[in-house]
Amino acid sequence: MRTTGPEGSVTSDVPEAGPRAEEPRKLEARLTDADRFYRAFVAAGAGTTLVLITLIGLFLLNGAWPALKTSGLSFLTTLTWGPDGEPPKFGVAAMMFGTFVSAAVAMLITVPIAVCTALFINEYAPRAVRRSLTSLVDLMAAIPSLIFAIWGLFFLVPLLAPLEDWAVAQFHGWLPLAEASATGGSLFNAGLIIACMAIPITTSIIREVLAQAPRHECEGALALGGTRWGMISSVILPFGRSGIVGGSMLGLGRALGETLAATLILSIAFEIKPRILENGGITVASGIAIEFRDAQELGLSALMAAGLALFLVTFAINLLAALVVNRKPAGARA
Amino acid sequence: MTVPEVDQSAAAEAAPAVGGVLEGVQVSCWFGARKVLEGVDIKMDAGVVTALIGPSGCGKSTFLRTLNRMHELVPIATLAGSVLLDGHDIYGAGLRLTEVRRRIGMVFQKPNPFPAMTIADNVAAGLRLTGRKVRDRDELIETSLRRAGLWNEVRNRLGAPAGGLSGGQQQRLCIARSLAVSPDVLLMDEPCSALDPTSTRRIEETILELKDQVTIVIVTHNMQQAQRVSQHCAFFLAAEDEPGRVVEQGPTEQIFSDPHDPRTADYVNGRFG
Ligand SMILES: Nc1ncnc2c1ncn2[C@@H]1O[C@H](COP(=O)(O)OP(=O)(O)OP(=O)(O)O)[C@@H](O)[C@H]1O
Ligand SMILES: [Mg+2]
Repeated sequence: MRTTGPEGSVTSDVPEAGPRAEEPRKLEARLTDADRFYRAFVAAGAGTTLVLITLIGLFLLNGAWPALKTSGLSFLTTLTWGPDGEPPKFGVAAMMFGTFVSAAVAMLITVPIAVCTALFINEYAPRAVRRSLTSLVDLMAAIPSLIFAIWGLFFLVPLLAPLEDWAVAQFHGWLPLAEASATGGSLFNAGLIIACMAIPITTSIIREVLAQAPRHECEGALALGGTRWGMISSVILPFGRSGIVGGSMLGLGRALGETLAATLILSIAFEIKPRILENGGITVASGIAIEFRDAQELGLSALMAAGLALFLVTFAINLLAALVVNRKPAGARA
Repeated sequence: MTVPEVDQSAAAEAAPAVGGVLEGVQVSCWFGARKVLEGVDIKMDAGVVTALIGPSGCGKSTFLRTLNRMHELVPIATLAGSVLLDGHDIYGAGLRLTEVRRRIGMVFQKPNPFPAMTIADNVAAGLRLTGRKVRDRDELIETSLRRAGLWNEVRNRLGAPAGGLSGGQQQRLCIARSLAVSPDVLLMDEPCSALDPTSTRRIEETILELKDQVTIVIVTHNMQQAQRVSQHCAFFLAAEDEPGRVVEQGPTEQIFSDPHDPRTADYVNGRFG
């Protein structure tokens, strides 16, 4: 027991304990000045991010208020976009539908391709080409999306047109894809181009995470007589689950906010239609970009409201992803 | 319930009557241009525990890893010579790589259970990995855990994640996991080096219980352990800037009591290494 300390007369810093401790005691620790400094520094960084996000949200809410007051709840259900008309009639329903559909198409294409590419580079590619493949993917992630959009518009979409026409003809009448009068400027194609933009960055992140899988666990799987795929499914994928979700979320963020591809590809139509191979559609981002120039006062406010809606949706999706990642591994038989 | 019948079949499936004979013939190994092992000839008989001893860096682990084709996982690693399992070359075209590794199991120095899986799933992981089916999965899990001496400690928490076990328990779980695919040979690379004396004794007991069913090859730095568990012993040594070689091998008793080579005598008596 200490009777005097260097700082003065501390009589005792040993807590009074009962004969048997029935409850965990409170833990305290004295930080060094350096620790305290870095903690404040890091906390300031984290705080700034939070403040920024809040400010953006408040700014959007403020700008969107007049429009939201005018339209009320019909903002969520109205398809058309005529905020400067008389009477003003506008809503995000069609835009949100288009955003979700194109993003869903993009993710359905992106995630499997990204995971497979990452696994191929890490586990199957000959070591000699592994490095160059990695650099190639990283390089592709740096290509501006404009390039992808132009390439998609002038090369990929015309290339796929016969195929899409054929698909529409095959499934005529019994699939929601069918009955197109014309293809090309469809939500599906927009999603396809967005996928091309999202694949490199998603692959790059997922590959990086999967490469960190502990080697001695991989060897354990192989030493049991496992195939390479067995090792991947029992060690690498469970290990990389959070990284796969994280990488996909970054890709999804890109897909939800992608403006250029949707603006260039889509034949604009403010409507909800399940026939996603057919011409026509609109997304929130491209809608804002297109309507922005001619917008009057209420029109601007309405666009802010659309932006706010996209902001909230993105936020909600990321929250959901965080929940998925943090869920305890089920550990059950796969 | 037809308990006796199931019991018998599961036991028969998990425990072959006798282990396989493994033989290294003129095995040499390189990492890149550096030769680390030269001309190793060791016959590892069924029903016998073979101990590989020698100072650090002399190539014991390298040799052990050539015995179940783990050596080739290192990108720059190459080898010469052959390894025969019951007379068949495991590096030949006749045996499938995954089959070789299933029949020749391995327990690593650092326990490496699959941390996200439950204890039960860890034991059964090899079944899924090798695409094998058993009639009674639970029976196999129990048998394997019993043979590894872990059953009593984990019987009530088979559904708990394996990451929550102690180091010694994890190592015995890894042994159980290897036994579940009914290997003919079990290779162990310093399996007790991270463990306390009690866990070490448990694993040594396990080894002695298993040796009639599975051929065991163990690398160890512990001279007492080598004497306690092994019947055959090979002493590896690498001179400076030279590849490792087997200096002497023979019955464990003779290696420790009456070694022919003075270097062996020095090593087993703790005078160098
Ligand atoms: N992955 C590797 N790349 C290059 N050299 C290696 C590699 N693994 C081992 N070596 C070299 O091969 C030689 C033999 O190593 P090995 O691990 O077989 O020794 P060991 O006898 O098991 O030693 P220890 O008792 O310390 O485990 C060492 O000189 C080591 O430096
Ligand atoms: Mg070693």
